Amino acid sequence: MKVSYREALREALREALAQDPRVFLMGEDVGRYGGTYAVSKGLLDEFGPDRIRDTPLSELGFVGAGVGAALGGMRPIVEVMTINFSLLALDQIVNSAALLRHMSGGQCAVPLVIRMVTGAGRQLAAQHSHSLENWYAHIPGIRVLAPATVADARGMLAPALADPDPVIIFEHAQLYNLEDALPVERVWRACDISRAAVRRTGTQASLITYGGCLPKAMQAADELAATGIDVEVIDLRVLRPLDLDTIAASVRRTHRVVVVDEGWKTGSLAGEIVARIAEDCLYDLDAPPRRVCSAEVPIPYARHMEAAALPQVAQIVAAVKEMLNV
Amino acid sequence: MFEFKLPSLGADMDEGKLLEWHVKPGDKVKKGQVVAVVDTSKAAVDVEIWQDGTVFELLVEPGTRLPVGSVMATLLEDGESAPARKPVTLQGARKGEARRKAPPPEVAAEAVGVRQAAELAPPGRPRVSPAARKRADELGRDIARIAGSGPGGVVTLADVERAVVVPTAAAAAATPAAAATRQAEMRRTIAAAMSRSKREIPHYYLFETIPLARASEWLAGVNADRPITERILMAALLLKAVAITLKGFPALNGFYRNERFEPADAVHAGVAISLRGGGLVAPALHDVDSKTLPVLMHELSDLVRRTRAGSLRSSEMSDPTITVTNLGEQGVEAVMGVIYPPQVALVGFGRVASRPVVDEVSGELRVLPAVTASLAADHRVSDGHRGALFLGALRELLQHPEDF
Repeated sequence: MKVSYREALREALREALAQDPRVFLMGEDVGRYGGTYAVSKGLLDEFGPDRIRDTPLSELGFVGAGVGAALGGMRPIVEVMTINFSLLALDQIVNSAALLRHMSGGQCAVPLVIRMVTGAGRQLAAQHSHSLENWYAHIPGIRVLAPATVADARGMLAPALADPDPVIIFEHAQLYNLEDALPVERVWRACDISRAAVRRTGTQASLITYGGCLPKAMQAADELAATGIDVEVIDLRVLRPLDLDTIAASVRRTHRVVVVDEGWKTGSLAGEIVARIAEDCLYDLDAPPRRVCSAEVPIPYARHMEAAALPQVAQIVAAVKEMLNV
Repeated sequence: MFEFKLPSLGADMDEGKLLEWHVKPGDKVKKGQVVAVVDTSKAAVDVEIWQDGTVFELLVEPGTRLPVGSVMATLLEDGESAPARKPVTLQGARKGEARRKAPPPEVAAEAVGVRQAAELAPPGRPRVSPAARKRADELGRDIARIAGSGPGGVVTLADVERAVVVPTAAAAAATPAAAATRQAEMRRTIAAAMSRSKREIPHYYLFETIPLARASEWLAGVNADRPITERILMAALLLKAVAITLKGFPALNGFYRNERFEPADAVHAGVAISLRGGGLVAPALHDVDSKTLPVLMHELSDLVRRTRAGSLRSSEMSDPTITVTNLGEQGVEAVMGVIYPPQVALVGFGRVASRPVVDEVSGELRVLPAVTASLAADHRVSDGHRGALFLGALRELLQHPEDF
């Protein structure tokens, strides 16, 4: 049976709330409205207002409350409506959540999970459409996850809650309606939050991507396969700490890399990956690494301009073909 | 200005070594003129130029080994005047710069030109991918001798894997050791071409015994009036008969490339010639169907002599449209040939010998000269039915030698 990414997230929340009384969900419109992207729909009725808490429009305030609750022994799940708004909570995340274990000499832990919506493609204009995952992946002290499949949407929350340190889960806005068959429970229960996944094996190039760009990379791989070009697709899954072993192993197999990242090239995660490959795998490279990233503009509102600004399948296909000189 | 590039002198050639130039800057050249001698792994080949012009600059020193497609010289087209300043040459760029004193200020404009030339063809360090460089090291291959197929001519991993180790041999294989190396190279080249043929080409084979009584009589009559040195051999007659017959069977004459057949307009028959030290070359006799027998005979003898002397022309090496092999001298009955890719057919002849033949008119058994002709053809391009019609037409044609 097929399950949507949204339903998989909801099931994971429901299970966590049912199993652990310390777990609660809070954020803007998560309760009565059912969540801006309808992830928490029905949970207020099921678990009540103490555990499904609507908050004022103050990211600094409610993310800070989440940090405090975590310090106090709770297992809070905080939803931030969009990554653009999370900048208001940067101080709580970067200066408090990420640092308290370090600054308290290990006395304090912040077992906080923050769910954030990221990415463009839904015509929500520049203030709701950016991909700033790399800002958080830059920070030591937090783990950053990017579930890109239904199985990861279902499986990542439990290990994130079990992590004694802060974990940020990025849900790409374009993925909520993605439907796929959920693998058997044994498989998604085994979900780890430390390794990248090879989503497709191939021999001629590695497409390295994460989150909302994974479906595009997979489609590009299909189109390339139709022209006889066999590429591998790596889903990073974990943006911090990066699973460099999986990346390096793939590069050693294929010798060519295209990183697909919805962030902007400048100072991007794609740049970090290419740098690591250059440091660790230079002599395995048969071509300069390429990046397919968003255009260096605020994401436009107009549909055609938004599409033109984002990484698209045709660009991925073209990058691989140029690399192979075909 | 146009470029003269090292042509591919056969499907199996990746690189060649320039042995000598026959021209110098300022020389006027005519289309078809031999301008250089290049050593392939098979022979020293006279390379012809395909456009009239005036040699402007020679870019490669004799003794240099270079990949197919490398620019060897630049030439001016007829009527074109020489540029005011000589461009920096490919191979001489670094040497030249080292010798030059600090340039006076007024040559700033020249420096721009130098940079443009450098962008067109970066001198010095070749562009090699890190993985290709590492692999070449592991295999002990000289990266400078490997032709690049990547974007902008970058040498890639696949290029290294493909490249055959070619030890530097003395130009003319003067010593026994060099001759042995040369022999090994040729064997490797033949191995590559024949393996490819058997791997890629779905061969089918047909045989037909062709009576040659009429042809033998007719040839004896022709030769009766000719001095011994100018006698026409049956081999030439067979060659011409094949070429004429082929005009009616385009699916047997041409090339199979990029998964499609490219028929050839002319019939350039590759004549399989065995070399004394072992090995085999099949250079082309051009436009065989339209040449008279005496001319053909002369060219055939000349080709055999030059092949064995190791002096062939580039066009002869690169463009046979079909191969004809005649193993009759060795006494075999028939040949089952291996097609030389990218050609699509090979015609073989066994020994011409007296055989019992039933006369089709009288029904009597007679002893007559005959030869077994065979066709090996590419089933991707033609079918046995066409092939059978071809051999039938060849047989009929050889019953009327006076017609051609």
